[in-house]
Amino acid sequence: MNKFKIAEPQTLEHVTSLSSEDTTYKLMAGGTDLLGEIKDGIIEPEIVVDLLSIPGLSYIKKDRSGVRIGALTSLVEVAESTLIQNEYPALHEAALSVATPQLRNIGTVGGNLCQRPRCWYYRDPQVQCRKKGGSRCFASNGRNKYHAILGGRICHIVHPSDLAPALMVLDAKVTISTPQKDKTVPLVDFFTLPSVNVRRENILAPNELVKEIILPPVKRGEKSTYRKLKERSTWDFALVSAAVKGIVSEGIFNNIKIVLGGVAPIPWRLERAESLIRGRKVRINSVKQAARRALADAQPLKENGYKKELVEAVLSRAVFSLV
Amino acid sequence: MAKPKKKKNQTFTRRDFLKGFGGGAIGAAVTPSLLAQDKSALQTQEGKIPLFTKKQIALTVNEKKFTLIVESGETLLHVLRERLNLTGTKKTCGRGECGGCTVLLNGKPVYSCMYLAVRADNKNITTIEGLAADGKLHPVQQAFIDKDAYQCGFCTPGFIVSSVALLNTNPNPSQEDIKKALSGNLCRCGSYVKIYDAVSAASKSTRRP
Repeated sequence: MNKFKIAEPQTLEHVTSLSSEDTTYKLMAGGTDLLGEIKDGIIEPEIVVDLLSIPGLSYIKKDRSGVRIGALTSLVEVAESTLIQNEYPALHEAALSVATPQLRNIGTVGGNLCQRPRCWYYRDPQVQCRKKGGSRCFASNGRNKYHAILGGRICHIVHPSDLAPALMVLDAKVTISTPQKDKTVPLVDFFTLPSVNVRRENILAPNELVKEIILPPVKRGEKSTYRKLKERSTWDFALVSAAVKGIVSEGIFNNIKIVLGGVAPIPWRLERAESLIRGRKVRINSVKQAARRALADAQPLKENGYKKELVEAVLSRAVFSLV
Repeated sequence: MAKPKKKKNQTFTRRDFLKGFGGGAIGAAVTPSLLAQDKSALQTQEGKIPLFTKKQIALTVNEKKFTLIVESGETLLHVLRERLNLTGTKKTCGRGECGGCTVLLNGKPVYSCMYLAVRADNKNITTIEGLAADGKLHPVQQAFIDKDAYQCGFCTPGFIVSSVALLNTNPNPSQEDIKKALSGNLCRCGSYVKIYDAVSAASKSTRRP
């Protein structure tokens, strides 16, 4: 690893009052992704700011406005919370599907949402791709089996987080500490496409950080699930995943929300499929057809066309698990 | 980005440290004056956050207390193997994927290769060396021998530590529980079937009636 210095801030204000122009520091939560980037030599920060030294950011609390999860809560604490398991099964399943027990014990909720992409061109220190300030995306005409089929255009990463699609389907909001006041935004407005800023995946400036996740109270009869297809079933990032939430009675979704992972640089809402499934008796063919029609404008690359079929499969499994 | 230059006055090296203190029994003889604290600080509007490249930490490893000075980029794995001579914990992939470096941190399994040593301050670590007690192998260790649950053996310490973590919280795991608990450990020889058998056997031998 490169020689970095460590700063142990005691308050969020310490972090947010850092200069946003300064490129020499990186914020570290659990560190399982950041240390990997440093070890791989794709970043060489002079200073690592250890967020775990800030007290009071690890909790799961329920109040009238819903459930609040501190950004430094570990993934294992989310996965083992009976409150989350009972009320937000999609989040429980997503947290449980992240990596391995060893990583879930260290990795945090905030870190999971802010982890960097797994694109092998991005992770290769020899390659100066567009995301690292270069002039081209090597995946667009290169090896792109694991890349985006939607929303890529100038950079074909997929967002690697499992929690992100689950939290988005659950209408989560995220509170961000900024140099001014804290701000709370819906998670859907947190993630950004490469066309907005190819160098990052969300709206955070270098001196801003996720402080808390807020889940709205569950509506009566509302169910949710997160399904993930992996190349290696024991432990892997998602090839594609589907988070689905809805209210079902007698085999009919009165309302349904679908967010996909593994298909785009951000978690991808599938509104077209929702409207095709809502209000009708669900049948395997109709769900698959809804997925197909919703992905009609997908633009697979040379090696990842199979993801369209995987979406049909993962969506069917998710939808039928709720019926 | 330029790498920070090494300060000239930092003559205190790990090798000197090991020579001076005999590697294992590192006591409280280390005075803060040896700390070679980096003087610079990170300026924020809220004041300065001190920066350091070395830090004195106190940790408990296998029920023994150690106080030592660690570098900012040093991993817990490095401290265990190179400073405390506990080489049972293996460095294999070095990037948090294979599980060869698994140790218990406050009772929970973690990859020591992806855990900065500075964070181990005041933590309680158990390594493979800390499992046997009173000259008797831990039931999981004994079961790995009885079931021949390894071939080359390099992944074995990590598998055993993960298995112990499982049985500490779930004394009666199903086959599926065992697979999930060991999902963060890789065996390149492919001894998985026998490993699962061993954990299952150990759970039966440790179960209280």
